[in-house]
Amino acid sequence: MISPLAEIFTAEHAQTFLDAVALGSIYALMAIGIGLVFGVLRLVNFAYGQLVMVGAYALALTQDVPIVLSIALCFAVVLAFSLAMELAVFRPLRGASPTTMLVATFAVSYLLQSIALVRFGAIGRILVVVPGLSQLVSVGGVHVRWITIVTMLVAVTVFGSVTLFLTRTSVGLQMRAASIDPGTARLLGVRANAVITVAVLISGAIAAIVAVLLPMAVPERILVTPDYALRETIIVLVGVVVGGIDRLLSATLGGFAMGFVFGLLSGFLPSSGSWPFTSGVYLDSAVFMLVIVVLLLRPAGLFARSRSAAVERV
Amino acid sequence: MVAEASGAPMLAVRGLEVRYGRVPAVRGVDLALERGEIVGLIGPNGAGKSTTLHAIMGAVPVSSGEIRLAGTAIQGRSPEQIVRSGIALVPEGRRIFAELTVEENLRLGLCGRRVKGGEEDVLERAYKLFPVVKETRRRPAGLLSGGQQQQLAIGRALVAEPDVLLLDEPSLGLAPTIVDAVFEALRAIRERGLTILLVEQRAQRTVAFADRTYVLANGEVRMTLEPKDSDDTDRMIDAYFGA
Repeated sequence: MISPLAEIFTAEHAQTFLDAVALGSIYALMAIGIGLVFGVLRLVNFAYGQLVMVGAYALALTQDVPIVLSIALCFAVVLAFSLAMELAVFRPLRGASPTTMLVATFAVSYLLQSIALVRFGAIGRILVVVPGLSQLVSVGGVHVRWITIVTMLVAVTVFGSVTLFLTRTSVGLQMRAASIDPGTARLLGVRANAVITVAVLISGAIAAIVAVLLPMAVPERILVTPDYALRETIIVLVGVVVGGIDRLLSATLGGFAMGFVFGLLSGFLPSSGSWPFTSGVYLDSAVFMLVIVVLLLRPAGLFARSRSAAVERV
Repeated sequence: MVAEASGAPMLAVRGLEVRYGRVPAVRGVDLALERGEIVGLIGPNGAGKSTTLHAIMGAVPVSSGEIRLAGTAIQGRSPEQIVRSGIALVPEGRRIFAELTVEENLRLGLCGRRVKGGEEDVLERAYKLFPVVKETRRRPAGLLSGGQQQQLAIGRALVAEPDVLLLDEPSLGLAPTIVDAVFEALRAIRERGLTILLVEQRAQRTVAFADRTYVLANGEVRMTLEPKDSDDTDRMIDAYFGA
């Protein structure tokens, strides 16, 4: 006997739902990376997507070497670029206004895109990191790609590890203190520059993880181009604000929510026809209309604490 | 550890000048603290007391003059270096991290230590001095009363194991009985061999308590008072400033 609920919630729906969770997980990972640096620096890093782009090129250009080596190289390159960003841009701008820092990261973003364009051209390179992960696996009658499961697990693991790091280690505690009151933290002996560099490097490592997962998890991201991950960055930045940028958890949930809503709408909205909310054509309009409604109703963020948004922020 | 020059005071400030933009906040302050001394620093609002402490900590740039810790010049160092040189500050208004737990606040002080290891013993000694901090250690520090927060702020500075402790108006906003407890704790801290520089608004109380008290006005040291002057503190200060 089939229950009415099962009739409505078909295997196809379950697949759409899982794909939406996977897309949400990718965005959540990027939100953690962006939120962590925002926490210690009060800096919105618009160039975050270019770290993913750099990592994707590192992977795409080394597809003939063993996969482990290729991924290790991706991490090394992205961490090197993260460190360079901190030393060449973020550190000289310490104490500058948030607007100045934001505009500086715009400049970095377009600089890196231009360099990629000159060096590698506008034609994309096909990137398949681990072909096996695109295989389907059947879970209770629902066909899921392995990468969907892996992406969800990675997102949960990364969020859990970062949270443990922030709450259970001395450096994590110093990071939280520096994010709340950098002046007092320094008077207590917190080495602000060292702590910020650690945050930037963790954020970079997460960008490298995204570079590995994104081409497999999102079908249209199989092609690495100079503007790779730019669209994702913009969506995640919106998500981070929608969720509540002051806390890592709310920022992460905001990023997740954007991916989840995008995934659901693209699956459930009719893909052709003249109805206004046709996926592909009107998907962005539908999602960003929701964003505006949310921000009008909850300006501090969808997942921000009602009373004090300052608690536990990083 | 600081290499101690023979005969040099624990903390010596000479000709200290600090400007905020063009406005001089401290104009040629001289202070000398011998090891184990409690020295008071009093004066009206805007006299330059807090600025002097912040200059010693490296938190505001020094325009001229020198600051020596056991003979070694330390001006120009960053706050995080100064803490590791052996000076800790209990800031005005306590500056507790309200969102963090009491224990996390205390642990933050550990990162200013010069040596590593034995962290739990150091925390335990702070708990022994301030039992209430231990009782409340799992709670968000923002929930503590003003007096408890002050004890936490002093404990947090102590776990850095400094040679010199600077306090910026620790009695501010506290009930009289709590003020007694804070001053009592400072005496116990001196017994541990620390040198204390105490900035206060409570003039008479400070003069009676400290070994010596400098009176600061308009960014300069105007006189030095001793405990025997305490009963006459107000009269002497008024006479001097013509109030």
